[in-house]
Amino acid sequence: MIVQALAFYVFAIVAVISGIMVVTSRNPVHSVLFLILAFFNAAGLFVLMGAEFLAMILVIVYVGAVAVLFLFVVMMLDINFVRMREGFIRYMPVGALIGLVLLVELIAVATGLVPIGGVKGPVAESIAAQSGVTNTEMLGRLIYTKYIYLFQLAGMVLFVAMIGAIVLTLRQREGVKKQDIAKQIARRREDGVELKKVTPGEGA
Amino acid sequence: MWEIGLAHYLTVAAILFTVGIFGIFLNRKNVIIILMSVELMLLAVNINLVAFSWALQDLVGQIFAMFVLTVAAAEAAIGLAILVIYFRNRGSIEVEDINVMKG
Repeated sequence: MIVQALAFYVFAIVAVISGIMVVTSRNPVHSVLFLILAFFNAAGLFVLMGAEFLAMILVIVYVGAVAVLFLFVVMMLDINFVRMREGFIRYMPVGALIGLVLLVELIAVATGLVPIGGVKGPVAESIAAQSGVTNTEMLGRLIYTKYIYLFQLAGMVLFVAMIGAIVLTLRQREGVKKQDIAKQIARRREDGVELKKVTPGEGA
Repeated sequence: MWEIGLAHYLTVAAILFTVGIFGIFLNRKNVIIILMSVELMLLAVNINLVAFSWALQDLVGQIFAMFVLTVAAAEAAIGLAILVIYFRNRGSIEVEDINVMKG
């Protein structure tokens, strides 16, 4: 129990600190790296809560794909980092005020200072009922049976996002020599070869 | 203190969510940081879902968190693509410059 609590506090504190560093860091590259650290620690929290599959998915999807995508874009765009911090002090008070109000509200609800209705309700898919089955297998049993249509829909969402990202960033540049296969196939002999009758002794 | 309950996880998620909102208000210059703040907020939501799934011993929360993860990945891809073409056209990603649609 002590080990679990210690692990929780380490993961939680590092996650929160790296979250703060994401929004206050001077250099966007550092922001992305702190985002990766925050995701790693959130994955640790997931493991503590017994959601191993989601923790691994978080590491693979976020650290492996999304954060690297962010890193690519940050390094690809030629941004003037010095100008980026202007106005930081100006927006600090209103941001801090709104953040503080929201934080107090959320923590008051979370820690039970404000009485709200109980969260107990009918359990749809009990974890305790399938003891001895790994978290991944439990999720798989549900996703591929009861939630199969939602799962397929999630695949469609990713597909549309992929095509959208490709279509958005595809660009036709002028003055670049490019192979046009249709044009090559449509080319006929008459277009390319010209036969001339050369009379002897005169030349073409 | 040493007994970690639902409230502990919810508090962490609340702090992370607030940091995300704070980041959106703070960064008026860099759209990439705003996108990262949105990712942080979605992470906080996922922590909430998994925490309730753990507290209620109900697996549906984890399935929902997985779908949130999917949508977050799609959103990041599309958002960054829009950002890249915007930078290509305008040479700036400052929030204050993005006002073409303003009447």
